[in-house]
Amino acid sequence: MGQITLKAVRKSFGEVHVIPGVDLEIADGEFVVFVGPSGCGKSTLLRLIAGLEDTSAGQIMIDGKDATALPPARRGLAMVFQSYALYPHMTVRKNIAFPLKMAGLSEAEQAKKVDAAAAVLNLTAYLDRRPGQLSGGQRQRVAIGRAIVREPSAFLFDEPLSNLDAALRVTMRQEISELHQTLKTTMIYVTHDQVEAMTMADKIVVLNAGRIEQVGSPLDLYRAPDNLFVAGFIGSPKMNFIEGAEAARHKAHTIGIRPEHIGVGSGNWEGTVLLSEHLGSDSFIKVDVDGIGIINVRAGGELGIHHGNRIRLAPDADKIHRFDQAGKAIR
Amino acid sequence: MSRAITPQAKAINTGLAWSVALLIAFPILWTVLTSFKPEPQAVASPPIFLGFDWTIQNYIDVQDQRAYFRYFVNSVVISIGSTLLGLIIAIPAAWSMAFVPGARTKDLLMWMLSTKMMPAVGVLVPIYLIFIRLGLLDTRIGLTVVLMLINLPIIIWMLYTYFKEIPADILEAARMDGAGLREEILYVLTPMAVPGIASTVLLNIILAWNESFWTINLTTVNAAPLTAFIAGFSSPQGLFYAKLSAASTMAIAPILIMGWFSQKQLVRGLTFGAVK
Repeated sequence: MGQITLKAVRKSFGEVHVIPGVDLEIADGEFVVFVGPSGCGKSTLLRLIAGLEDTSAGQIMIDGKDATALPPARRGLAMVFQSYALYPHMTVRKNIAFPLKMAGLSEAEQAKKVDAAAAVLNLTAYLDRRPGQLSGGQRQRVAIGRAIVREPSAFLFDEPLSNLDAALRVTMRQEISELHQTLKTTMIYVTHDQVEAMTMADKIVVLNAGRIEQVGSPLDLYRAPDNLFVAGFIGSPKMNFIEGAEAARHKAHTIGIRPEHIGVGSGNWEGTVLLSEHLGSDSFIKVDVDGIGIINVRAGGELGIHHGNRIRLAPDADKIHRFDQAGKAIR
Repeated sequence: MSRAITPQAKAINTGLAWSVALLIAFPILWTVLTSFKPEPQAVASPPIFLGFDWTIQNYIDVQDQRAYFRYFVNSVVISIGSTLLGLIIAIPAAWSMAFVPGARTKDLLMWMLSTKMMPAVGVLVPIYLIFIRLGLLDTRIGLTVVLMLINLPIIIWMLYTYFKEIPADILEAARMDGAGLREEILYVLTPMAVPGIASTVLLNIILAWNESFWTINLTTVNAAPLTAFIAGFSSPQGLFYAKLSAASTMAIAPILIMGWFSQKQLVRGLTFGAVK
């Protein structure tokens, strides 16, 4: 089990209302990603669920029971920290066994579970080392090992990959996804990296200034963002926003078009290429479109377009997002 | 780019380091040498460096005049006692300031440190009067309390700095792993803070051992530690340099030996916060 419900959860530090009020339903076995810019309250929300911070108001239910006032140890959750938070004076074996020791398991049971977890995470050879003797990826695995041995009702991940290099991040991302497939346990994952959010989540919760902007599957958020914030945050490169006459033509205050939804070569928009980046698989082109402004375009890989060229662009009419003056999507 | 160190540069650096070290250690070295000289040679001009008539008579005289061992015991009791008493108060204080700081924690820390900037003699009379009233004059317990109080800001500051270095994440991880406050302190916090606590203890013992203002002013015979023992040789019968040196050597030897064996811990203690 691992069903978590937040009811009007609020958190204030003095006069600062970090979480002004959040309602959220997380189903058992779901992989939920909290995503948002720095300081949006996503880590605070995770810590409230973990019990590491006290709620100022509202209710946190875990598996139908009110857990709002329970200490972290009694919520049945496990957490993986950004800094790994391994115990530096203990060996890998003792680190992984620590929650079992706290739960009062016998040494034999501890050893059995630690060995099983180590086998899953490829840590068997490192069990007698200390965290200081491990690489970043290995440390992260130990942190995950320490979390899985407890068989918690949900895992909480607080930006677990942000201290790893780019290549390792991709590998670990896949490992965590595979772990979720195997364990089928609820996972709540906090990140500011929307690529991680898009690739891993069953459900993404986009947060901004402590408020939930939108909840949905990765493709829902990509296809139908509720507002300008979500439209700008989800998708890479970022969606282009256009105001003024062009937006008015679509009966909107602002229109948005993703860089990958603009065709190159023909079309009504004409402009001068300011910058073209050729990645091989893709080309990112920055164009100053006459009467509209700067537009970023993502086009095919082997395009012969260079700085200073005049080109024509064709936005895909079906993929234009319309927003009203308040930034809400017009559907 | 790393800088290449030529053999000449290394030799010069080594020579310089030894010169500075000798310069700093010279007064102690001279005291020890003087303690083995007959009294007339101790004050000879020009001074005799090594070619004097070596004798241990001074040590015998010093021991005859004043029983060294009693002072030594007082020093041990007072310095260790004040350190342990200080730890009992400082550990919880530093814990709370490091892990659950309030809005005024920083001010409180600065205020505590500011008390160390006040000249001790400014409060000598009130403390002396309080000691007379409470019957604490020339008692070990009185001196232990006073030395604990004057060193408490340093103990709290040092422990606070060490505890601050322990990442809060690790304590939170312990909480998530099912540890209560007791287990958290026992299995996670204490093992991680042991080097810091050890450095604090060592440094504080040295500070208390060497403290001379309060130990000389608040004791006469019963509770007098080694600082009073040295002072006792400085005046009554005129200055006897060789005996004074013997007394000084006997007083500083225990702490020098302790310092020598705990160099590593001490250096860490003295550079706390400076090296991450």
